Amino acid sequence: MAASMTTDQSCFFTLALGVSFLKCLLVNAYHSTDFEVHRNWLALTHSLPVSKWYYEATSEWTLDYPPLFAWFEYGLSHIARFFDKEMLVVQNLNYSSAATVLFQRLSVIVADALLFYGVKECCNCLQEAKGKYLFGKSSILAVLLMWNFGLLIVDHIHFQYNGFLFGVLLLSIARHFQNRHLEGAFLFSILLNLKHIYLYIAPAYGIFLLRCFCFTKNNADGSLQWRSFSPLRLIALGTIVVSTFAVSFGPFIALGQLPQVLSRLFPFKRGLCHAYWAPNIWTLYNIADKAFSILGVKFKLLDITKLPKASMTGGLVQEFQHSVLPSVSPLATLVCTLLSILPALFKIWHRPDGARGFLRCLVLCALGSFMFGWHVHEKAILLAILPLSLLAVESREDARIFLILSTTGHFSLFPLLFTTQELPIKIFLMLIFTIFSLTSLKKLFRKEGALVSTLEAVYLVGLIPLELICEFVYPLTVWQKTFPFLPLMLTSVYCALGVTYSFIRLYITLLTCSSAISKVKIQ
Amino acid sequence: MENWSLISICVLLGLTTRWAVSINSYSGAYKPPMFGDYEAQRHWQEVTYNLPVHEWYFNTTNNDLNYWGLDYPPLTAYHSLMCAYVAKLFNPEWVELHASRGYESHSHKLFMRATVLFADILIYIPAVLLYCFYLCDGSPKQKVATALCILLYPGLILIDYGHFQYNSVSLGLALWGILGLGLGWDLCGSIAFTLALNYKQMELYHALPFFCFLLGKCIKQGLTGRGFLRLAKISLTVLVTFALCWLPFLCNPEQPLQILHRLFPVDRGLFEDKVANTWCSLNVLIKIKTLLSRETQLFLSFALTVLFILPSSIKLLFRPTLWQFKLALVNSSLAFFLFSFQVHEKSILLAALPVCLVINEIPLIAIWFLLTSTFSMLPLLLKDGLLLPYVVTSLAFLFLSLYLLSALERSVDEELRLGILHKLSQHCLPKLKLGQIIKAKFWLSLVAMAGLSFTCVWLEPPARFPDLFPVLVSVLSFLHFLGFVIYFNYVQLWDPQKQKSQKKTN
Repeated sequence: MAASMTTDQSCFFTLALGVSFLKCLLVNAYHSTDFEVHRNWLALTHSLPVSKWYYEATSEWTLDYPPLFAWFEYGLSHIARFFDKEMLVVQNLNYSSAATVLFQRLSVIVADALLFYGVKECCNCLQEAKGKYLFGKSSILAVLLMWNFGLLIVDHIHFQYNGFLFGVLLLSIARHFQNRHLEGAFLFSILLNLKHIYLYIAPAYGIFLLRCFCFTKNNADGSLQWRSFSPLRLIALGTIVVSTFAVSFGPFIALGQLPQVLSRLFPFKRGLCHAYWAPNIWTLYNIADKAFSILGVKFKLLDITKLPKASMTGGLVQEFQHSVLPSVSPLATLVCTLLSILPALFKIWHRPDGARGFLRCLVLCALGSFMFGWHVHEKAILLAILPLSLLAVESREDARIFLILSTTGHFSLFPLLFTTQELPIKIFLMLIFTIFSLTSLKKLFRKEGALVSTLEAVYLVGLIPLELICEFVYPLTVWQKTFPFLPLMLTSVYCALGVTYSFIRLYITLLTCSSAISKVKIQ
Repeated sequence: MENWSLISICVLLGLTTRWAVSINSYSGAYKPPMFGDYEAQRHWQEVTYNLPVHEWYFNTTNNDLNYWGLDYPPLTAYHSLMCAYVAKLFNPEWVELHASRGYESHSHKLFMRATVLFADILIYIPAVLLYCFYLCDGSPKQKVATALCILLYPGLILIDYGHFQYNSVSLGLALWGILGLGLGWDLCGSIAFTLALNYKQMELYHALPFFCFLLGKCIKQGLTGRGFLRLAKISLTVLVTFALCWLPFLCNPEQPLQILHRLFPVDRGLFEDKVANTWCSLNVLIKIKTLLSRETQLFLSFALTVLFILPSSIKLLFRPTLWQFKLALVNSSLAFFLFSFQVHEKSILLAALPVCLVINEIPLIAIWFLLTSTFSMLPLLLKDGLLLPYVVTSLAFLFLSLYLLSALERSVDEELRLGILHKLSQHCLPKLKLGQIIKAKFWLSLVAMAGLSFTCVWLEPPARFPDLFPVLVSVLSFLHFLGFVIYFNYVQLWDPQKQKSQKKTN
């Protein structure tokens, strides 16, 4: 056992080291405007007093992350001084000297140590949970999380700090698996104060902690025993969460800046969909609207002059005006999101299936918000893919959903890297990840038959011609000039189908898994 | 995990690394008037596309040989011509006569990098995979691990995708030759190697072992009977392949002579820049370059090279097995690198290829050699602005190959193939463990190389010796290579395990 543990550890170490080397090689690759965003934040946290952080507007990329992330940037800026002082000047817009690039890239790579730690803890949970022949499972999980295609390209090419944030999330999940709920809650409240996009999954945390931590006992059939409520635990939980938020937002409340901070964090001025449509329900809604309007015009049911001018040819679709279907308001998306996650929340309240049920609910919350949210970025799909990896190595059905969701979700990230130079890298990395996840999961569940059905396989293989058309054939055609937006639209519509399908399947597993488990228990 | 998926992941990892390195700068980027090898390759496309064949190697009004004139054999020229046709499709400015001189742009860089990747995928990578699967021992997983290590060898990646050259073509063709000879398809192997020779004349470093291996095989079959027929067939194949490669130049006797003159520029001196070979290192102590006449230098280098090649080649002649062949290739190319006339620092890649092929049998020493060879090109890489990929790929190769091939565990005395020396040391000093000493030396030398790399990058050389660090790099690497050539000769000539490995490979 000891020997296998050490080989396991050295395997993990090699995987982590290997991916870190790969990240280092990408230092000089293309980086998006997010690079300048974070440079600007370094500069403004370094050179301005706290009271001005959320008011500073020299650069258009104002600080729109919660305070703890600003403090993180503040900490980084003290190391940045030794690389290049010029990057810490707020007025140096779009400053990107070689030392600046190196420092910012290295900061992401080094911060990813936290991701590795989180992954390690999650892998250990797997082993504790089942014991015997999990040697393969934990290393598969380690690859799925550490070599995740989306994380690699979003963090290390596009440039963001998602890696260490996901490290905190995974660590918090692992703590729940280990029944160290207070620690888990503490980590999650820190995470919320680092990046507020994790609010998507906060409902799952809230319900789960209330149900499984604050109530200590269940009835024999797994339902809630109301009398077992422990006020002490609720107070402990509340203290932890409130004090974290107090440390983070306290100074700004004291300065009377809370409304300003919140207005920076939640800008509702943007449109329903991002410039590039994230593959969700609204993409399908938009495209249905477009189809209806075209059909309407063709069959003379609609008057072409009365239709709002379609902006699909403009390249950027910030405000898409629906011509046939009703327009969607932010409130409507909020209601839809809540409705979509409510059954999942109800399910874990009614029959919590331990930490695993919580994890499933968490993935559903992330996916539900992705499907129905207002102005969702395509990158938010990672919030569902990464936690789903944990489930994928445990059951065949989840592995199947994971394959479909991760492949389509990752493919929908392709337009993030639009430069020709990065084209081979994104294709190679995507192939590595997809081939690995496909064959390793297939081998893991070899005994239980094929992983994906023929139709699903055809759908997934269809991504290859789609990519060929979008990146190689279409730019050579005459339509490139008149409809430059079409390949992006095709990509997001095609991927939206897969994401929606996985969302539905995941819901089905949630609603049916309890019966399966109770059956097992009876046997 | 299934085999095909492991292989494809390995290949994709290799490709990712290659492309990630190619994002970086290339030799002579934005450095007029002469630029670097990148411009040389582009210039050859321009020349071959616009000028008639008979002008390619001659100094004419349209072809200034002093500005990166063609100095590689015809296949390189044909390859340039093919690339030029593709380039013309994308942008005619890239290959316009005279006007395109010094042309540099982002899209052109992408095009050039893509041609390297394309050639690599077509020639080198399949050869490596086939070699690992048909000529390596061990379990399928071990074969995949070997393939990954060979594909990730930093020296070749840095020179091809960083500095910019097409070494993967010539080395790949040579590897196809080794593959052919190893699998018993001597004719195919000879064709492949002849093509390699006609792509880069430096492949001559490998020529003698090829010749001795084939001749040895024929002798084994009896030179009077079937062996002679076989030899005649092979010679005919080689001659025909040569003739076909040189066909456009054969109409006029002036042409081949001029090409030969271009290929072997004797008047360029004993060595150029800082090379980790004997002459450059000796030059630190004695100024041979000025002391001796050109003829003496030529004679001396020729004599020493032959002296160092002969033992291994003669051994191969009488024992033509694959294992001996691989070792002879190492010994011959190393001897050429160390002692021959007009050696470039990049020529170490020719020795690195056969060392890659023994990485499964002698992991620790092979890894050590491959890292040293990368280190020996440090001054060149620094000049090209490739510090970051150099550091990252070297460290990645070190850790990955040590882990995958479990090189440190396998460095016990038997695995190092030190046979007699091992017995001798056990006899005299029973407590002494040779493997331990070599491991300690390995780490010590890595620390020295890392330290010197660090010094080269961060410290200013004293004003009196501006070339101090490059000289130190080449002397240190030279000492390593000298050790390696002795080691590999020793293994080839006295290794008692040859019978065993011979059986294995057969």
